[in-house]
Amino acid sequence: MILKDWKPETASLSRRRFLQASAAVGGGMLIGWVDVAGAEPGSAPAAEFSPNAFIRIGLDGKVTVISPSIEMGQGTYTALPMLVAEELDADMAQVTYGIAPPSDKLYGNPAVGGAQLTGGSNSVRGFYKPLREAGAAARQMLVAAASEKLGVDATELTTEKGEVIHAKSGQRIGYGALADAASKLPVPDKVVLKEPSQFRIIGTPVKRLDASGKVDGTAKFGIDAQVPGMKVATVAASPVFGGTLASVDEAAALAVPGVRQVIKIDDAVAVVADHYWAARKGLEAAAPKFNAGPNASVTTADVVAALAKASERDGAVGKSVGDAAGELGKAAQRLESVYENPFLAHAAMEPINCTVHVTPEGCDIWVGTQVPANAQLAASTALGIERDKVRIHNHLLGGGFGRRLEFDFIVQAVLFAKQSKDPIKIVWSREEDIQHDMYRPYYYDRISAGLDPKGELIAWKHRIVGSSIMARFFPAAFQNDLDSDAVDGAIELPYDIPNVFVDYVREEPPGIPTAFWRGVGPTRNCFVVESFIDELAAAAKKDPVEFRRQLTAKHPRARHVVERAAELSGWGTPLGERKGRGMALLFAFGTYLAEVAEVSVNDSGEVHVDRVVSVVDCGQVVNPDTVKAQLQSGIIFGISAALWGEITLKNGRVEQSNFDNYRVLRIDEAPKIEVEIVNNGEAPGGIGEPGTSAVIPAVANAVFAATGVRVRKLPLKADLLRAT
Amino acid sequence: MANLTVNGEKRTFSGDPNLPLLWYLRDEVALTGTKFGCGVGVCGACTIHLDGEAVRSCLTTIAMADGKSVTTIEGLSPDGEHAVQKAWRQLSVPQCGYCQAGQIMQAAALLTKNRAPSDEQIVEEMSGNLCRCGCYQRIHAAVRLAAGGV
Repeated sequence: MILKDWKPETASLSRRRFLQASAAVGGGMLIGWVDVAGAEPGSAPAAEFSPNAFIRIGLDGKVTVISPSIEMGQGTYTALPMLVAEELDADMAQVTYGIAPPSDKLYGNPAVGGAQLTGGSNSVRGFYKPLREAGAAARQMLVAAASEKLGVDATELTTEKGEVIHAKSGQRIGYGALADAASKLPVPDKVVLKEPSQFRIIGTPVKRLDASGKVDGTAKFGIDAQVPGMKVATVAASPVFGGTLASVDEAAALAVPGVRQVIKIDDAVAVVADHYWAARKGLEAAAPKFNAGPNASVTTADVVAALAKASERDGAVGKSVGDAAGELGKAAQRLESVYENPFLAHAAMEPINCTVHVTPEGCDIWVGTQVPANAQLAASTALGIERDKVRIHNHLLGGGFGRRLEFDFIVQAVLFAKQSKDPIKIVWSREEDIQHDMYRPYYYDRISAGLDPKGELIAWKHRIVGSSIMARFFPAAFQNDLDSDAVDGAIELPYDIPNVFVDYVREEPPGIPTAFWRGVGPTRNCFVVESFIDELAAAAKKDPVEFRRQLTAKHPRARHVVERAAELSGWGTPLGERKGRGMALLFAFGTYLAEVAEVSVNDSGEVHVDRVVSVVDCGQVVNPDTVKAQLQSGIIFGISAALWGEITLKNGRVEQSNFDNYRVLRIDEAPKIEVEIVNNGEAPGGIGEPGTSAVIPAVANAVFAATGVRVRKLPLKADLLRAT
Repeated sequence: MANLTVNGEKRTFSGDPNLPLLWYLRDEVALTGTKFGCGVGVCGACTIHLDGEAVRSCLTTIAMADGKSVTTIEGLSPDGEHAVQKAWRQLSVPQCGYCQAGQIMQAAALLTKNRAPSDEQIVEEMSGNLCRCGCYQRIHAAVRLAAGGV
């Protein structure tokens, strides 16, 4: 189901946030933000202090950081507490995390327009400064409390590992013993943050704070919610998007032992039972029939034909430097290609689920969501009740990858639960999850470039055609027909090209909802740009690394990662028959990344990625172990897409249904991955997505090196790559 | 009627004999550590031990468990200190963590049969367990670490 005419809560520019402290219930200190709507800069905060905001220091010295971002694997429940702990001078062994309740006001990320949204590799980037400031303010207050207690000047005190130290007298006081007193002191107006050279925690490999629960079975994901009196339901929605429910054999469903109720909404049916298996059997017995509606005959070929036609229209200009069209006309050599990125499903390991209890007093929702505040608003809108009557109990996410930025399934669950007196846990089957995803859109790109007689790249023209996710999801980022995500990674190239023209044509596919997917715009654009750079290198008769090296002369951070990745990969050394190396360079999310993939292509055309060397410059590193983990992760995710990822439509229906036909990489298919981190103290860049974005063209370029076949349409299908 | 032992506790079930253990464990016994991933035995998220052997609980009916002993992630070790769990924490293996119970149960069963698996044996044994976060390199390293004693 898709909410039409949906407008997410947008951040008010007149809002101001103030740091404030108070005593914690049961003792200790709280520090966090209060939000004052419409307040003028400098005016005193008037709102009540929210006891949930950000940091709690207990009497036992334990520090709990309520993480404004949600954990979905990327390590944010370790990295964000590290930021606080650094400036607080806490002992990481005493630091833990908590899950934030819904509130854009308290937990909105400044990097995403103040929305409480985890995505776009923005968590560290958005909270790097505010969380350190909160930690520094708390530290200063603890020092002030110690100064009063010991009767010494604050300048004589230092802090280390959760203690205030008076070196002269040899006295040490733990933060727990100071928290009560500190909570009554004024919050400092200004704090001085550490210089990177003073860091003791940031930049060190801290073990994940969430690992224990994830290895002993106690970690709670949305699907693990247990509510007294709860029943379990499963769902069938119209297999054609936009269709409606026609009929259900309710009696047959209710005849299945354990089935309690059959609930219908416009486009879907849920069978409620004592356990999932009975619900599944009940749904089969119910044999729901649907009116397919206007999209009954849509096929992928229709979508592609419409995109191809749209690519002949002029688009909204994303970038225009020099005279690309004119210089292309004069070029000694001119190349033109069409690249295609397919629809993709997210296929997180945790299937879509949502537990809801609707009562006359309001609504409780147990779920894992990347957008708690928007989910709350969506549910309250669907129920027609006040927003604060919807309580979101957010959980760990068993993978997000953009799927849990959407709340279609939460609204659906609420509409079902509204008709049930019991709390119901709705669990989609894997088939329902794959066939009712909101998909990474199909994109169709026309790209051309000109080389001068020396093989220098002089002109670049790139037209990007596809669905605008921003127009639906965040209209503020869709201005003058230009979708900022659609062109992300295509307009700020790390290359020096004198004449550049990039435009975007919006063309919405019929009958298939679109959404963000790991790596967002840059994942699509990096495949196009970096494959085409390789084509140009070949046309200029230059080595692909040397070609990139020359183009990055004015981009030293880009050039460095290219050179290091080439060096570490053994670029230029022979690999053997039907094997090859490919490079890709990415600048996106504030991060520079070069990846070299090594592939083997067998005689049947199947590609195996043997090794990936990855050199990343993401500025100041918070947790190097997480940076490595995220690159390993992103690379595996991207290889699945490069080799096999494809959602297709036939008769308006998604043809794929489970991991047997929506194939993802297994351990025996995984490459050896090497990661080198450049730590240069620049502003922190994002790390959750770049690995995925860069590896896809690196693999495609390696396949070209191995076979001489340039694949311009993903995935890299074996039938194009057979030995001849 | 099925009589089985779950994490050392004797239990009886008199409902549908075709009920997969996955749903019995999650929805009837409230042991939610065992995860639902695909429902058709291709992802390994629901891996448990049946008389010490790693099996997919989504394809194992409660009738098949009659008279047998079931171990889930919650029962692998009383204190989370199984060698595999220790290795997993030491190498910060989990990311989202959803598939990890299945991975750990698969690895633990392997090490029971084979104290010193080769790299090839590790890869072969773990190839039925999907991880969308792509923790494979660390999973491999952690199995090796656990085999060597943590």
